This record gives sequence, C-alpha cells and structure tokens, in this order.
Amino acid sequence: MKRTNVWVGAFAALMILLAVAEAKVLVNAAGATFPYPIYGKWFDEFTKVDRDAQINYQSIGSGGGIRQFTEGTVDFGASDMPMTNEQISRTKYKPLHFPTVLGGLVPTYNISGVTQDLKFTPETLAGIYLGKIKKWNDPELKKSNPGVNFPDAEILVVHRSDGSGTTFVWTDYLSKVSPEWKKSVGANTSVSWPVGLGAKGNEGVAGLVKQSPNSIGYVELIYALQTKLPYGFVRNSSGTFLKADLASVTDAAAGAAKAMPADFRVSITNAPGKNAYPIVSFTWLLIPSKIEDAAKKKAIVTFLHWMLTDGQKYAASLGYAPLPKEVVGKEEKQISLIQ
Amino acid sequence: MATSSVLAAPSPTGARAFLKRLRSGDEVARLITLAFATSILLVTVGLLYELWIGSALARQRFGFGFLTSSAWDPVSERFGALPFIYGTVVTSAVALIIAVPLGLGAAIFLAELAPPRVSSTFTFFIELLAAVPSVIYGLLAIFTLVPLMRTVVEPFLSRTLGFLPIFKGAFYGVGYLTGGVILAIMTLPFIISISREALLEVPTEQREAALALGATRWESTWQVVVPYARLGIFGSIFLALARALGETMAVTMVIGNDPSIRASLFAPGYTIAAIIANEFTEATGEIYLDALVGLGLVLFLLTIVINAVARLLIIATTRRGSTNP
Repeated sequence: MKRTNVWVGAFAALMILLAVAEAKVLVNAAGATFPYPIYGKWFDEFTKVDRDAQINYQSIGSGGGIRQFTEGTVDFGASDMPMTNEQISRTKYKPLHFPTVLGGLVPTYNISGVTQDLKFTPETLAGIYLGKIKKWNDPELKKSNPGVNFPDAEILVVHRSDGSGTTFVWTDYLSKVSPEWKKSVGANTSVSWPVGLGAKGNEGVAGLVKQSPNSIGYVELIYALQTKLPYGFVRNSSGTFLKADLASVTDAAAGAAKAMPADFRVSITNAPGKNAYPIVSFTWLLIPSKIEDAAKKKAIVTFLHWMLTDGQKYAASLGYAPLPKEVVGKEEKQISLIQ
Repeated sequence: MATSSVLAAPSPTGARAFLKRLRSGDEVARLITLAFATSILLVTVGLLYELWIGSALARQRFGFGFLTSSAWDPVSERFGALPFIYGTVVTSAVALIIAVPLGLGAAIFLAELAPPRVSSTFTFFIELLAAVPSVIYGLLAIFTLVPLMRTVVEPFLSRTLGFLPIFKGAFYGVGYLTGGVILAIMTLPFIISISREALLEVPTEQREAALALGATRWESTWQVVVPYARLGIFGSIFLALARALGETMAVTMVIGNDPSIRASLFAPGYTIAAIIANEFTEATGEIYLDALVGLGLVLFLLTIVINAVARLLIIATTRRGSTNP
C-alpha cells in the first residue's frame, strides 16, 4: 500500500513538472557546430533572463541548419557561412543574418628542428596549399623567416576532411589572396584539394600535424589556444605580421564594419586595418523575417537583445572573439525588421 | 555431407495435424514470425526507394558517368563515385586478406586444439572486442597504429616487397593499408567468434571417424572438421565483409580522405561511407546533397553485388562438396 502511494506521488510530481515545462515557450533551433559551446551557454543562461522561454539548439552543422531553416522545421537556424541568394530564394520568410561571435583560423605546423614561430605571407600559404611550394626550404618561406633553419624536406599538407565552416573560411581567405586559388579551387565547406591529407575535425588535423614530421594544417584559434598548439604569424592586408589572438580577431570585424552590407552577409577575411588578423569569420544566426507565433517572436527578440549586450560577456571566457561595438549597433537596428 | 541441419526437421501433414498445430499455437507463431521477416524486407525496399528518390538530381545530371568519373568538386558541382568505390573495395579486400587467415586460424585453435578453459577465456575477450565502438578504434588507430605504420610497417614492406607497385611511395601512416588493417582488427572478432561456434557444432563422430581411419589430429581438423563447418565459416566472412564495406568512423580517421585512385596501398584514399559521414552535415547545394545520397545508393548496390558474387562462390564449392560420397 505504502509503495503504491510513493509511485502515485512520483507520477503526480512528474505530471506537474511536465505541465510547468509545457507552459514555457519552446523555441527550436539548429545549425553550426563551431559556436555550439557558446550557444549552449547562452541558451542556458537565457532561461534565467527570460523564465518563460526555452531555446533548444541542435548542433547538426551549418548545412543542416540552412536545410532545416528552409524547410521550416526549426524556429531559427545558425550557420558559419551566409546563405546564398539561391538558398534564400527557396525560403518562405527571408532570413535575417545576425552575427553572434567571431572565430579565427591559424596555421599550425610541425617541422623537425624548427622551434621559432613562423611567419606566413598570404602568398606562401596559398603556394603551400596549391602544391606549388613543395619544400620547407623554399626561397619564399626563407625570405619571410630570416634566421630560421628550414630542413630540406617535403611539406605534408593537412586539411579538414569533414565539411566545415572552418574550411569555408580558410578557402575563402585563400581565394581572396590568390587569384589562382580562386580560379582552380574556390571556396566551400569542402573543396577539391590540390594536395594533402584530410583529417576529421580540429582534433584530427592537430593530431595528424603533431604526428607527421614537416607538416602544416589549419585549426580554429580557440582550439589552438585551448590545446596550446604552436601556430604561426600571418601577414595581414596592411603588411603587418600578426599572431592571432581574440583582440586581433575582433579588430578584423571592426575594420570590416564600415563597408558592411546591411544584411551582414559578408566575408571579413583579409579585412583592412593595421591590427586586423586576416583569417577571420563571423558565425550567424538565421532569423526568419516574419515569426507568426507571437510568444516565440517575443522570446527570440528578447534573446537577440540580450545576446548583443550581456551575452557578449561570455564570449572571451569560452575562447570566442566578441563582436566590435560598431557591429552590435548595426545589429540592434536589424532586430526591428523582425515582423 | 549434410548441408544444413534445419532442413532435416520432420513436418507433420494432414488436416488433423494442421488443427493440432493451430491449437498448439504453431500457425500463430508462423504468421507472427512471417510478419517480422516481411518487415525486414520492407525496410530494405524502403531504403532502396528513398536512396533512389533522394539521388534523382545526381542521376539525371551525371547518369552512368557518376560511376566512372573521378572528379569530386563541390565548388564547381562535379561529382563522381569512382575513387570512393575503389577505396571501399580496396580497404575491404585488404581487411579480408588479413582477417580471414588470422581469424580462421584462431577459431581452429580455440575450437579444436585449446583446452576448454583457455578457449572460453579467449572467446570472452574476443567477443569483448566486437563491442568496442568504432570511433574508439579510430582514435586508438590515430595515436598508435598510424605512427607504427609510418615508422615501422610501411618502411619494412617497402624494403622487402618494394618492387611491387602496391608497396611503393611515401610513408604517411594514413592510407588504404592502414584503413585495411584497422578494418581487419574490427572484423576479426566476428570471424573468430562465429567460425568457432561453427567448428564446435561439428559432430564428434566426424572427428572420431577421421581419426579411426588413421588421420592425424591436424588432418582430421583441416580435411574433415573445417570443410564440415564451411557454411558457418563463410557466414562469418560475409558478416565481416559487410562490416568492412560499411564501416565509417574508424576508416575515415586513418585513410587520409583524398578522393583519388592510386595503386600504392601506402597512398591516402577515401571510402564511400567515409565521405558521406564527412560531408553530409555541411552539404548545402541540392546537387551536392543528391550526389552524396547517390553514393549511398552505390554503396547499397555494391554490397548487393559483392554479396551475390560471394554467395555464388559458396554455392559452387558446396555443390562440389555434397557430391562426394
């Protein structure tokens, strides 16, 4: 008898809990994996700000985010690259792109006998990834790294094998600095690589580089910082060699803010500015321009305001570069476009 | 020699027998199990249908050229399956070449020669291997197998058998050979475990008869017991092959992910399952997505073809065996 009572009590409690949960506005979102750590933090913290709202985010990848947005199976999407005009033409309500945080990419390498931080020019990076620069003691590399004792060894190029926003940013950068790359390879989440081995994820690239002598790869700045990988300087558009850090990544966005289009669909690689690190990208939330459900609309608008102000404070501690204030101001204006 | 013990079950006939079977639930059981079996068939047909529909755009644009083209360029939207088919077949072949002799040998030892206690302990650990998730195999392979292949195995093969085109070229540690080796490790538990069961099923009389005719222990094992258990052993190889063809995570972590066709087993390659897993989540273009689904269809058909060929081989060898007195 007693045991039955316990079960009845537990069942009732569960039902009450479910009813309470049901009373919340449930917003579903899906998309990019790169910003997932901060999105998870944001959506969790946001439940304390707006107690009526619950945002569920599935990190299924940018492509999946765009697909689900187009099919209307989520309330909003997220992507590491802006949607193309063709993709937008298939949506019911035009997406508004909201940059959330910034990420940078760094070249990491493992060369026998070299302990210094290397300096890469855009030309050497493009040359290495095109397979034109084949050996570490190439004159081009020697020129920008005087005093470094390069071995006479073949360069083993490593790239991402999984489709990723990271690869999009890397190839987008190479397309901007090398006409030949733009013509023969181009930019996408996966490309037809002229040379090299593919490894899965940041951890795969870092692992393969660490293990293979005389190799080079590219990883996200956050990943390099967290795992203390060695990485090199890259020369930016104004000729300064920069070793990426969060400040120089944010500076890149500030430099690009002046010329930013109203819809934020912009690549900010190779941005102008003396302290702007060149291999940088936004990651975006894709918000429908019309949200039919009033409660969901209120929750999403409240979230966007919070994300642009208090939310930004979480960025640095999780390894993301926060948005520059020029961009925040422009985004605040875009929120009013949501109908 | 008997081909199967299931067929030998006696089946009662006549109306009284039918009623009796119905009363005792036989007919009900038959219908229920029939429904279960049919549902599996429906899933297979449904899968094929979905893959066919999902790859419509790619089939329209590329036609049969999809199977023979070796381009894979998401930027200019040119897609071909050949390097992936090649990689899938080569890694699976390498896996079976390593795993079949090794697995069969181990199974013979465990079933025929080892003391029962040793046999059951070994079997426990081998079956444990089958339960390890493939991503774990992949991770272990990156940190242990890949350096071992690069610094020891590949230089050794190159020194000793380097005159063969399949053992030429630079040592990366990742590539077809490493993919094949990790697949061999992953499929071994299936081969050992099922082959051992099949060998244990062989009636003791068979062994005694062979020994009575003056055969040695090994002759009785190799010439009587193993042929008797042939079907079970082939079944284990099938299962291993299916696993090898479809394995994704572990392979993609060690194969180098380069869609090109090279003769050397040291070279990096790509498999069908690996590229689908790698690129599906971030594929945005319609035709790109359809090409990936098309690769799924190719893998499905490839599996059917390979299985059919293997089954024909078995039928041929079994017939020859069963005509013996």
